[in-house]
Amino acid sequence: MRRHGYHPNALIEVLHTVQESFGFLDEDSLRFVAAALSVPLSRVYGVATFYHFFNLKPQGKHSCVVCMGTACYIKGSGSIVERIEKEYGIKPGETTPDNQFSLLSARCLGSCGLAPAAVLDGDVAGKLEPEQVIERIREWTK
Amino acid sequence: MKQPSSHIKTLQIDGQDVGANQDETILEVARENGIYIPTLCEIEGLSPHGGCRLCLVEVKGVNKLLPACVTHVQEGMEVFTNSPRLQEYRRTILELIFSEGNHICAVCVVNGRCDLQALATKLGMTHVSVPYLYPRRSVDASHDRFALDRNRCILCTRCVRVCDEIEGAHTWDVSGRGVQAHVVTDLNTPWGDSDTCTSCGKCVNVCPTGALFEKGKAVAEMSKKRGFLPYLTQMREKRSK
Repeated sequence: MRRHGYHPNALIEVLHTVQESFGFLDEDSLRFVAAALSVPLSRVYGVATFYHFFNLKPQGKHSCVVCMGTACYIKGSGSIVERIEKEYGIKPGETTPDNQFSLLSARCLGSCGLAPAAVLDGDVAGKLEPEQVIERIREWTK
Repeated sequence: MKQPSSHIKTLQIDGQDVGANQDETILEVARENGIYIPTLCEIEGLSPHGGCRLCLVEVKGVNKLLPACVTHVQEGMEVFTNSPRLQEYRRTILELIFSEGNHICAVCVVNGRCDLQALATKLGMTHVSVPYLYPRRSVDASHDRFALDRNRCILCTRCVRVCDEIEGAHTWDVSGRGVQAHVVTDLNTPWGDSDTCTSCGKCVNVCPTGALFEKGKAVAEMSKKRGFLPYLTQMREKRSK
């Protein structure tokens, strides 16, 4: 925050830094940021919920971002998400109760040639079958 | 011949020649000249928002429709405020607003005194031709004196602006985006637990619909007092001089 001179306009940058450090934005940190930058609480909350990048809940240890872009969707990314939903009972944007695994969806990863694609813990994997993805997640949650 | 001052712009609104200050908006000029442009999110005394799109007007030579509340006048502009196309669009906008929330006048505290209802009547919106979304939205009745029913909220942000610009508390803001957007107090804390709310009730009185209302009011009993807004603005201007 000092780097940004405690300027109210630096709100988004500061929230970025907080999320990088803690993985998500909890109520205490939002209150702290609001007070330090003299930004109204409701505006901090509004910004944090407007941008999909910010998470207000802790994320799982592992993450799977399934691409829901047109190409991936046609190639069956919908069935990947369905399969995971069935197996773990979570919808995109949610985390399993044991905080092991978060399922996320993306508009388009830009890897349409690899459709259907997903990002598994930061690595892009392409031409996926639902069972392959489940296999990977099982390894994590063992 | 004396050249006209550059601060004064001359333009035509609906064929009527009008003069205006260069920092005025089309809406302000139209009002001064008794020309009606429908508005919903706009309220005198607060900054314009440009969100409801009901004040869209046609300007000759511009392909787009321009919102009159945030468009400044220009020399030689030819503005049309009430073409059949605009009337059609305005009715559609109203239909979309109605279908997006749960606006059931018969059980609403402001029935008969609602800005949205009045506009629908005035602009001749007889029915809603798009399917209703029937969203499930939450109600916050945690405040001692007031309550918020998000089902009736049209996201005009009047409450957000009055709280920020007049009261200075900025308790309200819009959270989320798109169809999930909704108004929140502080960090989505219940209104009654808000640290910043001063319970002044300005938001309740500027709200165009029954989304914000006083507790204890039954159907059609809630009337909104708006007189304070021009008064406060005037008094503050006087002080800052």
